Amino acid sequence: MSAVRTTRGAGHFDREWDVLDWLAVSDAEWTAIKLSLRVATVAMVCSLPFALGVAMLLARGRFWGKTVLNGLVHMPLILPPVVTGFLLLLLFGRRGPIGAFLADNFGLVFSFRWTGAALACAVMAFPLMVRSIWLSIEAVDRKLEDAATTLGAGPVWVFFTITLPLILPGIIAGMILAFAKAMGEFGATITFVSNIPGETQTLSSAIYTFTQVPGGDAGAMRLTIISIVISMAALMLSELLASLAAKRTAAA
Amino acid sequence: MSLVVEARHRLGGFSIDAAFTSDGGVTALFGRSGSGKTSLINIIAGLMKPDGGRVVLDGDIIADSQRRIFTPVHRRRFGYVFQEARLFPHLSVRHNLAYGRWFAGRSRKAADMERVVEMLGIGHLLERNPSALSGGERQRVAIGRALLAAPRLLLMDEPLAALDDARKAEILPYLERLRDDAGIPIVYVSHSVSEVARLAQRVVVLEDGRVKASGAAAEVLSAPAAALATGRREAGVLLEGIVETHDATHDLTTVRVGERLIRVPKIEAPQGHALRLHIAARDVMLATVRPEGISALNVLEGTIVELTAGEHGSVDVRVDCGGATIAARITTFSRDALQLSQGKPVHAIIKSVAIDH
Repeated sequence: MSAVRTTRGAGHFDREWDVLDWLAVSDAEWTAIKLSLRVATVAMVCSLPFALGVAMLLARGRFWGKTVLNGLVHMPLILPPVVTGFLLLLLFGRRGPIGAFLADNFGLVFSFRWTGAALACAVMAFPLMVRSIWLSIEAVDRKLEDAATTLGAGPVWVFFTITLPLILPGIIAGMILAFAKAMGEFGATITFVSNIPGETQTLSSAIYTFTQVPGGDAGAMRLTIISIVISMAALMLSELLASLAAKRTAAA
Repeated sequence: MSLVVEARHRLGGFSIDAAFTSDGGVTALFGRSGSGKTSLINIIAGLMKPDGGRVVLDGDIIADSQRRIFTPVHRRRFGYVFQEARLFPHLSVRHNLAYGRWFAGRSRKAADMERVVEMLGIGHLLERNPSALSGGERQRVAIGRALLAAPRLLLMDEPLAALDDARKAEILPYLERLRDDAGIPIVYVSHSVSEVARLAQRVVVLEDGRVKASGAAAEVLSAPAAALATGRREAGVLLEGIVETHDATHDLTTVRVGERLIRVPKIEAPQGHALRLHIAARDVMLATVRPEGISALNVLEGTIVELTAGEHGSVDVRVDCGGATIAARITTFSRDALQLSQGKPVHAIIKSVAIDH
């Protein structure tokens, strides 16, 4: 960019170009944004089936240890993120019991990889997604499911044709919440997979890095604005879906 | 068709111990709220698993606690129409109707859909959302949905209770058509005498989870025992009659009951059509001489067959009017003033407008 500007020379364009230049995102910053989007998307998609299962268990299940499961799911919400990151490092690190098993048997390595960042984000966002889905399952009128059963639908069919469509808005809202949380995750990620540009340096860690070097303000500011835009968009989408959900579950 | 139901179940302080059989047509489970009607119908449907009992339909054992047989709800193929329509809010009326058909298998032809839609008068609603329907329309769609699942037995739990009188009047003719045309046995839960009187062939009276009386509708609803289960206000008799003539100028229909003719508000039914009239005892007056210059259209001569003392100084008098027994509720004061006793000839006076069809 700077090369272009010098060939254009001076004049009244100068000021404008300065502003554009300030807004222009460098390659390193782009990498961080793209990585963040990828990490957040993977974290959101991969945790969805687990969140759905756990939410079903918590909403409908009657079993010993339900309180324990509930506590475990909510742990990342209560613990300091650094603690969660450290626990992940202990469990999923190259020498951790789960990490070693996955690496040896499936070639899946988490430590100091973007996959590790996705895992950290997924764990941190999990309680939010579960809560959102859980609430929507509790709002489902079980009488509708009974009605479907009397019409010949077995439990699996009832789930896919009645329960799932009715909780869909809750699922989508949960996914967006989880996505936004994953975009902003910092503590657990940096503890677990460090801050490697191009591999584990997400938006948040990139901003953190900018603030640690002289003259990094502009870069930090650019990424901050991008963060705000993404978060706002996610929040508004979530609100929209919540209102759709309210309209839909106004039972007939 | 034969249905055998036996159920024993304990729910906190309440217990059910009831058994009844049905051989087709409409069987009404009748009783006050809290008498165990809904629990019993849920046991038949399989939505509730009783402590003990059995359900046998046409020799096919659906559930038997002794033999440890319990067919899950979705394999019973018992249609269920609930008090609230319970339409699926995320599906259009058409898809609600089609829901059960899909599980019933491909043997069902498309003609069924058309026939049911036409019978229930819901053709114009197909593309709508359930939330855009009135209460009566929802209930009709719910009935259609249950029918299209090709049920072997139709269970209806007070399908009209949540509706106002106008909506009830809108749906009752459809239920009659269903009874007469569809050929599916129906178990119908209700606490309304007029609904049961109009629809049911057999009545099972429930009280505190026990069967208080059961048998043909006219018999059970006319027996004094029914007074206990129906609440005293609605107690009366059920008469079986045949449409004799229509009087178009005054909107009246004459119905032959035994040897007597009774005039009632106009009924939409052809001549010769069999129907039942419910006459509440509180709507019947007695006179020892034939009254003159009276607005009531029905004055039936008869003989007193029975006097039963009721609560609060009332007496139920049963009068045999040429084969039809009519009950009249009068005060003990009137009984003494008119010196009514068994075998005495009297005139029973019934206002036409008071008669439920």
